[in-house]
Amino acid sequence: MSMPAAAAQGQATGASEAHGVPKRRLPMVHKLAYKNLFHDKLSLLVTLIGIVFSVVLVAVQLSMYEGTERLVTSVIERAPADLWVVPLETKSFDDPFPLIGREKQALQSIPGVSKVNEMVVSFATWKRKSGGNTTVSIVGLDDLPHGRLPWDIEVGSAQDILRPSSIAIDAVYFKELGLKASNSDELLKPSEAINYKAEINGFQVTVTAVTHGIRSFTTVPYIFTSIANARALTDTAPEQANFIRVQVAEGSDLAAIKKQIEFRLPDRNVLTHEEFRTRNIDRWMFETGAGVGIIAGTLLGIIVGIVIVAQTLYSSTKDHLNEFATLRALGASAGYINKVILIQAVLSAVIGYVVGMALAILIVWIVKVTETELPMAMTPTLAGYLFALTVGMCVLASVGAIFKVIRIDPAAVFSR
Amino acid sequence: MSTAPLLEANGIIKVLGSGAAEVRALKGINLDLVPGELTLMMGPSGSGKTTLLSILGCILSPTEGHLKIAGHSTEGLGPEGLADIRRQHIGFVFQAYNLVPTLTAIENVMLALDLRGASLGEQPDLAYKALKAVGLGHRIHAAPSKMSGGEKQRVAIARALAGSPSVILADEPTAALDSENGKQVMALLSEVAKDNSRAVLVVTHDHRTLSYADRLVRIEDGKIVGRSRRRLKSGHTADEGFGGGSSH
Repeated sequence: MSMPAAAAQGQATGASEAHGVPKRRLPMVHKLAYKNLFHDKLSLLVTLIGIVFSVVLVAVQLSMYEGTERLVTSVIERAPADLWVVPLETKSFDDPFPLIGREKQALQSIPGVSKVNEMVVSFATWKRKSGGNTTVSIVGLDDLPHGRLPWDIEVGSAQDILRPSSIAIDAVYFKELGLKASNSDELLKPSEAINYKAEINGFQVTVTAVTHGIRSFTTVPYIFTSIANARALTDTAPEQANFIRVQVAEGSDLAAIKKQIEFRLPDRNVLTHEEFRTRNIDRWMFETGAGVGIIAGTLLGIIVGIVIVAQTLYSSTKDHLNEFATLRALGASAGYINKVILIQAVLSAVIGYVVGMALAILIVWIVKVTETELPMAMTPTLAGYLFALTVGMCVLASVGAIFKVIRIDPAAVFSR
Repeated sequence: MSTAPLLEANGIIKVLGSGAAEVRALKGINLDLVPGELTLMMGPSGSGKTTLLSILGCILSPTEGHLKIAGHSTEGLGPEGLADIRRQHIGFVFQAYNLVPTLTAIENVMLALDLRGASLGEQPDLAYKALKAVGLGHRIHAAPSKMSGGEKQRVAIARALAGSPSVILADEPTAALDSENGKQVMALLSEVAKDNSRAVLVVTHDHRTLSYADRLVRIEDGKIVGRSRRRLKSGHTADEGFGGGSSH
């Protein structure tokens, strides 16, 4: 057998080991994609800048969306409830109206209901010592001190706000509430705020606990107190509340209990925890238009990413058209060639995502440590969605390049 | 030794364009390529050589006629079916080498093996053997940009051989090479053709290549106008019309 024949038919004997023959097991289709991508470093840099820009923009927008969603639902997410009884047409927790009254007694008599908690939530006027007023949102709780509200108490305890005229305020609103040292513009430290006397709706109150980081989406400070204090401060009748949280016994039929409550308490809305959560998000994110801006920014980021990646991939494909035509002439299937382009797209996406996410996480961290009012949050789930979105964006961007390659005439290999 | 043709082309007609621009590029070509032979196809520019090569290589479909490669008819096959035939049975050597510039010599050969379904594990060794066989065992990691024209064409031959296709089609393989490199490439193709499981067709303008041919086919104006065969046993060229070169 001649030498070329032996070469063509030869078995892999390992005889070539001593000659530096690569032993890597990376499929050639991946290698070709990788080498095509990294061959033109300037072009790759442009692609990556485009993807990174897009990822950062989308990540920042989505983390703002996530942060805003958390802000909107921060109180209700921490308030244990299977069902919420709310006044008819209530749009959100931060937009409260009074219930008709005497709901608690009716609810306690329904089989399967294990716990009923009233909440008084109402706007009130806080008088600053330095002069002027500001609006606050009183949140009266009947499950103190063992409930989950308020949280992140920095100074004092939930027990402390059970006392008459005692309240908990949040340190982030000290400036808004005018908690300054006498004869100075300097804000009080949280520990210095204990026993601070203030005036709400003309009643004197005492700060007995300070929380850290409980913000409201509306920027109206929450004032946590006992339900008795809240009723006194807001002139709410003893049998009246704004929201009622219902917990059902384990193994109970939630839907059946919900129906029973709706029957027993007409002219109120009975919502599952998820329904109430969604209603709050819809109210602030969509009805007010706050979320529309975020979504528009996200779309803009995606479009920018797609355009830049598509342009670069198309240009790269055009640069390598002769090679693709050769591959086609050698018998490569359309799928094989498309795979090369798709791998290039996915590789670009992965690199762009890693760099973009690192920058986005840095931005979110800076926002957090500087305690700006910008609500931002990055979660593993969101990061996962963003990865899928980035890969999807790059794959979508490769469609133009794939169409170009599909139309290659392999006969072009003879005309050069 | 089996002499059944590895490539059979019967009544190949190719019409290019339509209406007033219609051109009959091939006008009924019959051609067989038998194993163990290097067939040289010569003809002037515009004679239909490249069109015929494209059809024999399953890159173009004939307007009329039948083509069989290694016993497989190409009739009715779509682009993917033709690609499958090319992948399994045909090796190409191009005038401009057509190596992938971003890959090394061995990677170019491994790419062809990958297309032909060789396993990941055997690709490096098979590619190395193919390159060693064409005298490039020491240049396996060289990039095409760092190779001479002769070396590039030898890599292209190694790539064509990898996976052991039945038919090797070479399009002007010496056109871009100097005399010495051209001789080396033709000697290599001649050696390749000695394998009785393979047929080689070389399309060329280069009369220096005649001495390497077992058979000469002349094409003019879309028709084969002459065929001649070297009498192998005599060791010299005796057929009429095989002029222009000497035996080797």
